[in-house]
Amino acid sequence: MKINDVILRTVTKAVVFIILTLGVYLFFAGHHAPGGGFIGGLVLASGIVLLYLAYDIETVHKGMPFDFKKVAALGVLLATGTAVGSLFFDVPFLTQTHTYINVPIFGEMGFSTVTIFEAGVALTVVGVVVTIILSISEDE
Amino acid sequence: MSNMIVLPLIVPVITAILLVFLKEHVFLQRIISLLTLSFIAVISIVLLLEIQTQGVMRIDFSGWAPPFGISFVADSFATLLVLVANLVAVICLLYAIFTMELAYEKMYFYPFTLLMVAGVNGSFLTGDIFNLFVCFEVMLLASYGLISLGGEKIQLREALKYVLINIVASWIFLVALAFLYGTIGTLNMAHISLRVMEAGANPLITTVALIFLIVFSLKAGLLLFFWLPGSYSVPPTAVAALFAALLTKVGIYALVRSFTLLFPNNTEVTHTVLGIMAGLTIMAGCIGALSGRDVRTIASYNVLIGVGFIVAGLAIGTESALQGVIYYLMHDMVAKAMLFLAVGMMIYLTGETVIDKMSGLIRNYPFFGWLFFIAMCSLAGIPPLSGFLGKVLIGQGAIEGGNFVLLGLGFLSSLVVLYSLLRIFLSSFFGETIISLEDEKPLPKRVMLPLTLLAVCTIGLGVGAEKLAPFVTDAAETLYTPSMYIDPVLDGELWQGEVNK
Repeated sequence: MKINDVILRTVTKAVVFIILTLGVYLFFAGHHAPGGGFIGGLVLASGIVLLYLAYDIETVHKGMPFDFKKVAALGVLLATGTAVGSLFFDVPFLTQTHTYINVPIFGEMGFSTVTIFEAGVALTVVGVVVTIILSISEDE
Repeated sequence: MSNMIVLPLIVPVITAILLVFLKEHVFLQRIISLLTLSFIAVISIVLLLEIQTQGVMRIDFSGWAPPFGISFVADSFATLLVLVANLVAVICLLYAIFTMELAYEKMYFYPFTLLMVAGVNGSFLTGDIFNLFVCFEVMLLASYGLISLGGEKIQLREALKYVLINIVASWIFLVALAFLYGTIGTLNMAHISLRVMEAGANPLITTVALIFLIVFSLKAGLLLFFWLPGSYSVPPTAVAALFAALLTKVGIYALVRSFTLLFPNNTEVTHTVLGIMAGLTIMAGCIGALSGRDVRTIASYNVLIGVGFIVAGLAIGTESALQGVIYYLMHDMVAKAMLFLAVGMMIYLTGETVIDKMSGLIRNYPFFGWLFFIAMCSLAGIPPLSGFLGKVLIGQGAIEGGNFVLLGLGFLSSLVVLYSLLRIFLSSFFGETIISLEDEKPLPKRVMLPLTLLAVCTIGLGVGAEKLAPFVTDAAETLYTPSMYIDPVLDGELWQGEVNK
């Protein structure tokens, strides 16, 4: 039986962008306000899962040809990488640093290695959540 | 500050992740994982030597000083365990490399193993009890993967039990942590110890201590072991050996830490309960080992006897008993790995699991037979093998402490261990061979290498006890006098005006 999912698909097309933007916003907001890699990652993952629900796995996979297990692994690698980076500067493990750089147009902006760490967390969450959902939906 | 302390945790994690990308290159995976674990073993030797000169070392993550941040603390006890655990893990990996099917190896076997070892190392080294919970989870999650790898029907049944039990235990752990934080207001182990000492024999703290006792007993297989024999019999041999060697030992480590460092006040209650539980575990383990007909069941119940015996040492709690606990923990890791590898090998060679159906293995595989004999003697505590010294020291402690019931149970259990394994030896290795020369499965020499290495380890631990003695003495001293652990962690700052033990 084929379900008529025109409404779901049409809404998804618009809503996915809102969800993904919210995810990115939450990710960057996490530096000083509620948010961060974990929450941002969850929201991003929910957007991707919505795509999988509205369309089939093949279609989404054509657009995003990633192995999500590897996305998760890459995330952990990024996060642990910044943690280990501190070992080479002879400071305690996990030490983070930040600086302010003048960027044209935007003016002075803060850059911090925590962001890389958080990006790792976000990637891990996206990878793990999508992998879990896909493996549940895979058989039967 | 020494970042070296964190390497046993972080290096296996990073290599495990790298191996995910090398999924198809099994050969590379093998080499990298072997190198990683050997590297950690070397690191722990270096750490151990440094601890002897500098005393207990610590590293504060991100430079947040304790008790506010998370620290890793390396004392001789933890580092010795890291060393032995990684040596045993390397040897079990060798066995896996030689015997495991390619399909298994490609299903992330090596990443899971490395993550599990990372969790084990982290649990040994952490100085923060919430971090201990996290490291436990890392180890357990990896072990869930390992136990269900392969997906046979019986494996899934036991894996389900194992996962459920451990999730419940972790939940209780979390509740206990919340209670602890509510009463004491800190999670740093050294700081907890200090505040608990200040509070004196507070019934609330004793209750929290008992909840921790339940959690760690579930993990260690102390009395609450109903899940253990089943789950340790189903995974592939190398995995079962890793589990038997490492997982319960982490639970025992947590028990030892909790009841020497964290909750030293109300010992009449906690140590009595520990003693009773240890005694019951020994008895139950003995009954199981004597009644079992399946080699794997007998081996699993032997794990329980070991657990009971070590915790009996902890319950006795004198300094020489603690020394015995440390010797015996190290011995038990090596010997249990050897026993499980040997048992797995027997099943592989004969295709049978019941002892009566095997016979005369020693005629076909004489070298293997004598290796099993060494494992048996080592577990029974026959000198000069590694089990001897631990038993003697725990016995000596029991006599000092006047704990004659545990003394009697402990030494009776040695006899039972000897008898249960001798039964395997007599019925499966001696007697008429049932395998004709044509049916004899070839046993490549390299497969004997891991078992031989473990035999060398157990002989080395026994004969080289003299060389190890300074480290073990230091470790036991640190356990016996908590201030040796607390001072370096808190820089002595929080000591002013506080209780001096």
